[in-house]
Amino acid sequence: MSQTVSKKDVLHIATLARLKFDDEQAERFTNDLNNILGYIDKLNELNTDNIEPTSHALDIYTVTRPDKAEASLSNEDAIRNAPQSENGMFRVPKVIE
Amino acid sequence: MLGKTLKELSEALNKKEFSSAELTQFYLDRISKYDGEICAYNYINENVINQAKAVDEKRAKGETLPVYAGIPMALKDLIIQKDMPATCSSKILEGFVPPFQGTAAQLLEDAGFLCLGKLSMDEFAMGSSNETAYRKKTRNPWDTSRVPGGSSGGSAASVAAGLTTFALGSDTGGSIRQPASLCGITGMKPTYGRVSRFGLIAFASSLDQIGPMTSNISDNAAILSVIGKYDKKDSTSLNVAQEDYAKYLTGDVKGMKIGVPKEYFAEGIAPDVRECVNKAIKAYEGMGCEIVEISMPHTEYAVATYYIIATAEASSNLGRYDGIRFGFRADADNLKDMFYESRSQGFGDEVKRRIMLGTYVLSAGYYDAYYIKAQKVRTLIKQDFVNAFEKVDAIICPTSPTTAFKAGEKMSDPLQMYLSDINTISLNLYGGCGLSMPCGFGADGMPVGVQLLGKYFDEGRLYNLAYAFEQQAKLPVMPEKLK
Amino acid sequence: MSYEPVIGLEVHVQMSTDSKIFCTCSNKFGAEPNTNVCPVCLGMPGVLPVLNEKVVEYTVKAGLALNCQIRSKSVFARKNYFYPDLPKAYQISQYELPICEHGYIDIELEDGTQKRIGITRIHIEEDAGKLNHEAGCSLVDLNRTGTPLMEIVSEPDLRSAEEAKAYLMKLKTILEYVEVSDCNMEEGSMRCDANVSIRPDSNAPFGTRAEIKNVNSFRNVERAIKYEQKRQEKVLNEGGKIVQETRLFNADTGITASMRGKEDAHDYRYFPDPDLVPIVLEDKFIDDLKAWMPELPDAKLARFMSEYGLSGMDADFLVSAKAYGQYFEQAVKAHNNPKAVCNWIMGELMRRLNDKQCTIFEAGISPENLAEIVKLIDEGKISGNIAKQVFDETAETGKKPADIVAEKGLVQNSNEDELEAIVKQVLDANPAETERFKGGEVKLQGFFMGQIMKASKGKANPAVVAPLLKKLTS
Repeated sequence: MSQTVSKKDVLHIATLARLKFDDEQAERFTNDLNNILGYIDKLNELNTDNIEPTSHALDIYTVTRPDKAEASLSNEDAIRNAPQSENGMFRVPKVIE
Repeated sequence: MLGKTLKELSEALNKKEFSSAELTQFYLDRISKYDGEICAYNYINENVINQAKAVDEKRAKGETLPVYAGIPMALKDLIIQKDMPATCSSKILEGFVPPFQGTAAQLLEDAGFLCLGKLSMDEFAMGSSNETAYRKKTRNPWDTSRVPGGSSGGSAASVAAGLTTFALGSDTGGSIRQPASLCGITGMKPTYGRVSRFGLIAFASSLDQIGPMTSNISDNAAILSVIGKYDKKDSTSLNVAQEDYAKYLTGDVKGMKIGVPKEYFAEGIAPDVRECVNKAIKAYEGMGCEIVEISMPHTEYAVATYYIIATAEASSNLGRYDGIRFGFRADADNLKDMFYESRSQGFGDEVKRRIMLGTYVLSAGYYDAYYIKAQKVRTLIKQDFVNAFEKVDAIICPTSPTTAFKAGEKMSDPLQMYLSDINTISLNLYGGCGLSMPCGFGADGMPVGVQLLGKYFDEGRLYNLAYAFEQQAKLPVMPEKLK
Repeated sequence: MSYEPVIGLEVHVQMSTDSKIFCTCSNKFGAEPNTNVCPVCLGMPGVLPVLNEKVVEYTVKAGLALNCQIRSKSVFARKNYFYPDLPKAYQISQYELPICEHGYIDIELEDGTQKRIGITRIHIEEDAGKLNHEAGCSLVDLNRTGTPLMEIVSEPDLRSAEEAKAYLMKLKTILEYVEVSDCNMEEGSMRCDANVSIRPDSNAPFGTRAEIKNVNSFRNVERAIKYEQKRQEKVLNEGGKIVQETRLFNADTGITASMRGKEDAHDYRYFPDPDLVPIVLEDKFIDDLKAWMPELPDAKLARFMSEYGLSGMDADFLVSAKAYGQYFEQAVKAHNNPKAVCNWIMGELMRRLNDKQCTIFEAGISPENLAEIVKLIDEGKISGNIAKQVFDETAETGKKPADIVAEKGLVQNSNEDELEAIVKQVLDANPAETERFKGGEVKLQGFFMGQIMKASKGKANPAVVAPLLKKLTS
């Protein structure tokens, strides 16, 4: 089967998705993705030039709500699930670029 | 208490044949007896017995109670029940206790139901065998060496094993219908927009829908009557009137046109499954239905289309699991590592595979070739349904190509696993309603399910068709050894 | 070698709604950390966005005011990237089908000519939260998450830092007129990114551009662009090449620095948000908003000049804030002397606004009271000096100017007999100066007028005094 994605591609996609793989995993995921993409290639049998894309099952438009503020969560409820918090805020390790 | 419909349970409670506490304890006892082997429950609500007692007290005082007051049920572990853990069977959500109530859970609560606990599933609903669950890999009650199907495997198994009165599941590409079929119960995927998705942890937003999983048709209709309500909190919920589906259950199906799409009976369908489904079709013919052979030519493209759209949406929906506001966080001394480590340690392989595929099909240079292409083919698949429903009232076909397979059998080949959803996926792309109900047993003695597909908001008709068959077929709904 | 800069601005404007864009949390600035948050804006599992109707209304109002075409159908898209201030790891925005397109603003250049600046698009999106960097960690506050934003993207039509500033100020004025934002750059309710490139001359193709982020005041827009222009000129003159990149402006040092590295992996993977449905606007909705539209600055300027005979400079000042024009017209309605009313607003009233750091309607002087002061001057009842005193007293006490004048006996004295006596008294008291004045030392006129005012406690009508002084010294 032709290689649609290389291991390098897989590592790039992993970066976009904030996932990391060791060598063995990268091989495996490259292989899996190529299998699936190979199957997906089947869609190219269809000519879809004049077909509109569908992003929603139903044609619903312009769903809005009134601009009315209501009670928010308490700070305690907002942060109680956080692995780390400090001064009512979510604590994260330092940002290094 | 087993084998009673919800209506019968409600009447028995009102007549004080047994109390809510007794009923609840009955299920708790069954859970402690059987769930060690079946592994359906991720979480058991310790407090439910007290809630049942509170209902009994109110009943004793003669207070007016909602119709299903004090009847216990259980939820798939991606449906939010306030203050109860919601893990999606994923390590990354361990410890998350939602501080808010989901709409489906609220509607059930308003109707009087009590929540026994949360049911295992494939991780983030990604899987067809419940084997991608981080902890509880649920097994099929009919044969615990086999899978219950997925992703609502815990829901299907718990209903089949009598570990709850009914359960809610969710269906993105067959996740209610396929496990219902494999476990010999009834599962309905309602029309997209019928049940609010507020409180449903998203896999693929344009396809996901909550639905009831029950041991009989009238319970299923009863539950959808409760949860099938327009919700302002879900922009994709359609503002149509709530219905009492019980009124459709007449058993009179004479003159209805049922389509048999040849593409759903393709090579991969096992002979014993085919035979059972053909018997069901014959039964409908006998009841005065007109059976019409139809064609849905784009069916073979559904799996490919689905795996692009669903994974693209999932790759975005699952970005929020970053270890900051809830759930699992890996130790890391800088932010970048925290993102990578939390997500890499927190997600299982199948979830990663789908995030990777979804990220790839949306990435620069591939968006048109994959994502837009899939959305266009979705239009064609939708059109197949629209065309079919111009000719027929409902569509009948096998739910799953095979009966429940052995645990471990398909885990090494993701693509083979994806293809087990071949008959259920198209419906989600269209957005209509679909129901799976038992129609017999395969050569291996495992349940076989038949699927009825309907147009938008035509659940009532499907329920009536299913009810007519159920009344005639009178199939056993629970393994003998569990009674 | 000299170069011409080519500048386009991307302006983010926070809308002044009561609630956030996709949830019902309050949209107020300045609350305790993570108290204006809910499961929806925290991006908890299982939540869904529902669009605030005012956000659509405000954006269409802005679009109409900026001469845009309003799309009958627009779509929300997800912009995917990871950062701790973005809870869902995607920002809900608009990408392929924004709500407004193809607009323009006319700005006035230094030489008095007008220039039309194109507006490519306006789209709706949600704001992110805030990171507070501490030693060894960062703390995330998500109160701002979900604040409704409109992003207004200009064409690369601007050719100098001054033009960019003029564009921004005009934009702010227009948005204030249609009441969609308070456009407070210091509080961050209006933020600006600038795309800057340079080219040898105005016929050359556009150069490679740098995107300058984090420009948060009108002055800094000018500074940042000027700095970037010089930096790029230096690179080219030294034989280098401009790199397409994002640069961060530092207001303390006044320089821009590359954010390279952070941008490496940016591929936002936009796709239509399946949780939100398209916005489809009916003609009636747009027509109703058109009918609602207030008079905009350009039209008001023209009318102020023709209707009130004001100079371009005066009118320009009065339309620079919607409230100024309102105040002015209310005052003129009470007393029809537009030029004098305008002078009082630009002078005394603005001084007071600066002192008190308040808005024009909060300064303690109602338009009617200001008009009354001008009227008292025009009727010759008080002098200009006394008027300032009356102004201050009215502002402090809220009393009617006429009442203050009556109470304190501040009415101007025009009685020739009484004033002649005072003039004589002053001349007698200053014999030396009187001699010199009679001898033709004209500049002593001021000295005598001052002395006479002093002697009359400021009440002498100068128009009556001047001829008396002349008569008694000739």
